[in-house]
Amino acid sequence: MGRRFINRIRQAAAFASLCIFWTLLPAILVSAQSDLVELSDERLRPRYEQLTQEIRCPKCQNQNLAESNSPISVDLKLQIRRLLEEQKSNQQIKDYLTERYSEFILYRPAVNSRTWLLWAAPVIFMSIALLALWVVQRKKAPILGANNLSSPPQKLDDEEVARLERLLKGSDELQL
Amino acid sequence: MSNRLVLFAPLLVFTVFAPVLWLALERDPQELPSAREGQLFPDFSLSQLVDASKTLQAEDLRGEVTLVNVWATWCYACTLEHPMLNELATEGIKIVGLNYKDDRAAAIQWLERRGDPYAFTIFDEHGSLGLDLGVYGAPETYLLDAKGMVQYRRVGVLDERVWRDDFASRYTELVLAEENG
Repeated sequence: MGRRFINRIRQAAAFASLCIFWTLLPAILVSAQSDLVELSDERLRPRYEQLTQEIRCPKCQNQNLAESNSPISVDLKLQIRRLLEEQKSNQQIKDYLTERYSEFILYRPAVNSRTWLLWAAPVIFMSIALLALWVVQRKKAPILGANNLSSPPQKLDDEEVARLERLLKGSDELQL
Repeated sequence: MSNRLVLFAPLLVFTVFAPVLWLALERDPQELPSAREGQLFPDFSLSQLVDASKTLQAEDLRGEVTLVNVWATWCYACTLEHPMLNELATEGIKIVGLNYKDDRAAAIQWLERRGDPYAFTIFDEHGSLGLDLGVYGAPETYLLDAKGMVQYRRVGVLDERVWRDDFASRYTELVLAEENG
């Protein structure tokens, strides 16, 4: 019995570590990838990493540059490296890229007439949800509470108290 | 009574979202808006594909309504649209090739085999002009007016339908505008 239990635990542990491995694999691969890029100045690396995380691959649109190995992403990463080494600011680099690939390639686009809805969407949907919650709660309130919340619940008179006690004790007064 | 109306809320939500989702189905999420539309074709200085001693510049694209077609030998879809380009060239439409991140010898051979619809081809070995243009995949086709302004960009195969629906009217409009003024 003890042996079977230990075997079970072993299996579970093996399964868990496999799960962890597969979940972490992309992260491992990504960090391995960006390490391949050699920067003349290591102090630029945090900015390089931040930019490649925030800029979208134009060809494979659900990946950022750091994750993507498509030829266009490789080219864009080289450009980012070159611009960083030319001491360009993050904003200048983003401007350079949006000038060519439009705002589409920024995962965090600036707020403007084309993107305001995108930025406002979370607030809008959250407000709708809160509004719905409020409406539902307000309707439920009279049912959940006593008859009417605006007036305090009325006290039972002596006769009612006695009847309630009888009912709770399970006496035979069932037909009220 | 009003409690019953609440039961219609899901239907209401559906009727609001259905048209939005329906429209979204029609959209191609792979299609990026071109940042260059309405701007001058970016400056460049690159050699000509066939005659490497010749240097080409953005000025060489001016003076006539022109199509700039981005292609490469590694691009399968480019082989599909090539017959259409040949046909457009025989109709007298000026097409300039932009050979993108390719091998010069292979590209020349490719044109010898399939016919050369291009007035000339710009050889962009490292994709630098491609980058300045915002090219993210071949084939791409740009419609330029006589001043060298990018009027329209199309990503993907330029077949008969695409020409008829998206290019023909724009092209004739530009040509007429050029003739009249």
